[in-house]
Amino acid sequence: MNRIVKKRRLAPNVCEYVVEAPAVAAKAKPGMFIILRVDEEGERIPFTICDFDIAAGTVTVLVQEVGYSTLKLAQVEEGGYIADFVGPLGRPTDLTEYKRICLVGGGIGTAVIYPQAKYLKSIGKSADVIVGARTKDLIMYEDEFRKAAKNLYLTTDDGSYVRKGFVTDVLKEHLEKGEYDCVMAVGPMPMMRAVANLTKEYNVKTVVSMNPLMVDGTGMCGCCRVSVGGKTKYACVDGPEFDGHEIDWAEAMARLGAYKATEKEHVCRLTGEKR
Amino acid sequence: MAIVKTPRNKMPEQDPIVRGHNFEEVALGYTKELAMAEAKRCMQCKNPLCMKGCPVSVRIPEFMKAVAEERFDDAGKIIKSTNSLPSVCGRVCPQEEQCEKLCLRARVDEPVSIGAVERFVGDYLLSKGVKEEKITPCGKRAAIVGSGPSALTCAAELAKRGVEVDIYEAFHKAGGVLTYGIPEFRLPKALVKNEIDSVLALGAKIHFNTVVGKTLLIDELTDKYDAVFIGSGAGLPSFMGVPGENLNGVFSANEYLTRVNLMGAYKPDCATPVMRGKNVAVIGAGNVAMDAARTALRMGAEHVSIIYRRGREEMPARKEEIHHAEQEGIEFKLLCNPVEMLGENGWVNKLRCVKMELGEPDASGRRRPVPIKGSEFEIDADMVIVALGTTPNPLIKDSCEKLATNPKGTLIVDEGMQTSIKNVYAGGDAVTGAATVILAMGAGRKASRTILDGFGITD
Repeated sequence: MNRIVKKRRLAPNVCEYVVEAPAVAAKAKPGMFIILRVDEEGERIPFTICDFDIAAGTVTVLVQEVGYSTLKLAQVEEGGYIADFVGPLGRPTDLTEYKRICLVGGGIGTAVIYPQAKYLKSIGKSADVIVGARTKDLIMYEDEFRKAAKNLYLTTDDGSYVRKGFVTDVLKEHLEKGEYDCVMAVGPMPMMRAVANLTKEYNVKTVVSMNPLMVDGTGMCGCCRVSVGGKTKYACVDGPEFDGHEIDWAEAMARLGAYKATEKEHVCRLTGEKR
Repeated sequence: MAIVKTPRNKMPEQDPIVRGHNFEEVALGYTKELAMAEAKRCMQCKNPLCMKGCPVSVRIPEFMKAVAEERFDDAGKIIKSTNSLPSVCGRVCPQEEQCEKLCLRARVDEPVSIGAVERFVGDYLLSKGVKEEKITPCGKRAAIVGSGPSALTCAAELAKRGVEVDIYEAFHKAGGVLTYGIPEFRLPKALVKNEIDSVLALGAKIHFNTVVGKTLLIDELTDKYDAVFIGSGAGLPSFMGVPGENLNGVFSANEYLTRVNLMGAYKPDCATPVMRGKNVAVIGAGNVAMDAARTALRMGAEHVSIIYRRGREEMPARKEEIHHAEQEGIEFKLLCNPVEMLGENGWVNKLRCVKMELGEPDASGRRRPVPIKGSEFEIDADMVIVALGTTPNPLIKDSCEKLATNPKGTLIVDEGMQTSIKNVYAGGDAVTGAATVILAMGAGRKASRTILDGFGITD
């Protein structure tokens, strides 16, 4: 059992959870993830570590309510407990070999780039950060990024906040000027694919963090397999970060949708919505 | 006096057609009377060969005598002195390859059904409930990595002698392959839990959600404990490497069985989703392939086939499992090898296969399957389960450079099961690659012996 020390709503469908997990916090590094189960009957769901505090023994995750289990988690209040919290899993993301780094976050993907931005700042390599969302309400961690980033650029698809457009619009301008030697993009797969396609034109190294379906998160099931450079990799143990130019995006996106129909039925049971 | 020929007492089983639609246990177990009658068939050999066939050297004639005389508690004590998981072993051990293969009764009529009697005794013990045992601490501490058969055996043997034992399990449930792999209808999970509880009743503690290699490192364990045993199994599934294998609807047997067994996806209200294919193809013919095929049938498939590149004689699964699968209506497509998986809109719908013939024996001693040119054909399948074996999980070795491994990723150990690191031992599939429950238990027991010797504890 792990206690939710703090819970904060960041967007209409996104909550930040600070979870008591000292053993996980002690080993956490940017880019790694955890797997949690809400209750005894729950499924195992992976989330990238957004922040961690070794002294306090806590790990922070951002959770978007998209399905049955994430809706169930949203029903657990601050001070409440979840059944399991295991990690840190996967390999940490190491960008220290690059000099001019741009971190691009889309929607919930900001959870992944935030610890990276914080870390890069701590070693004197502050990165530019581009955060995009559909609309103003969905922009998260603005204050945090103001502190951690060298420059912060915000975009909204509908123009409701700062600049109207996509993260790729901003990124393209900077790539034109040759400002970066590495881009890390994390967000929905179509956004990561768009970034990777763009950076390929400029031949700039691009790291993406994959978020496929998973069961165990330790290499046991092969559910999270991703084709990278023609080879099958397991996102849980070989990743979750991979070279964005090498990924078979069409396959990855098809695999992500494998349980959409089953999931919808389950959510309806929880919310009472009609199908 | 000549021994009167009496055939083995058959264990009652659920009807094949009925059981194909439920997750209840297939074999129903002996009654008291059947168990005693079968135990009386034991010839009480002075030099019992059966024990030589048992990786944990269960004192078979002794416990048979006790059962024959209706002394079931005594029988339980005799078995438990060398085997911590009798209810499990009675069900999943390949006895026909071990104890029963060497049983001299076979010269008269048929070998004694040793596994079935062991199962009866194990279940008898569990039916009496698990009692906490008071054991005097010996002052030593051991960490056990994993909670599968080798780990549980090592933990039990150490705990029995007063060693303070901490078990670290990556999942939220204990049992390893007994829990995530072997299905309910072959090894009921309530029973596995009881067997584990009986190990914990010896004083061993279990820590869930702890991935050694990630949450905790081997170096940290050696700092804190006098001995460490790694029984992390072989959990990494192998795939075929053919085109189309990453289509939706193609699963490793590990994923499929984990969703159904560990995560309980066979229950209608379970949060973990699982695909329910109508026309399921299982690739491979080992015990795991049989488990996957029979599970798919119980999950509502209309047609399930086993696809295997060699012939009937070469199938690695236990005869009993193959027989059960056939009884339930699983089709066997032998001498047939998939070369490509075909799909539509991202989902698998066909397998392109090639017919095979058997050539000269290969390194494994089995005749090598050779493709027949021009024999390609397609079979329909909306779901494919790949059951081609597993290799050890690299998480531990990747996080501990000092730990020596073979090119295949298995841990290297000496005769006493010690790894390349002092006081760090290993056993089970992590050392051998995918093998059987009982071989893993034998390894756990052997390691415990070395550890106890090191502690100066003899008995």
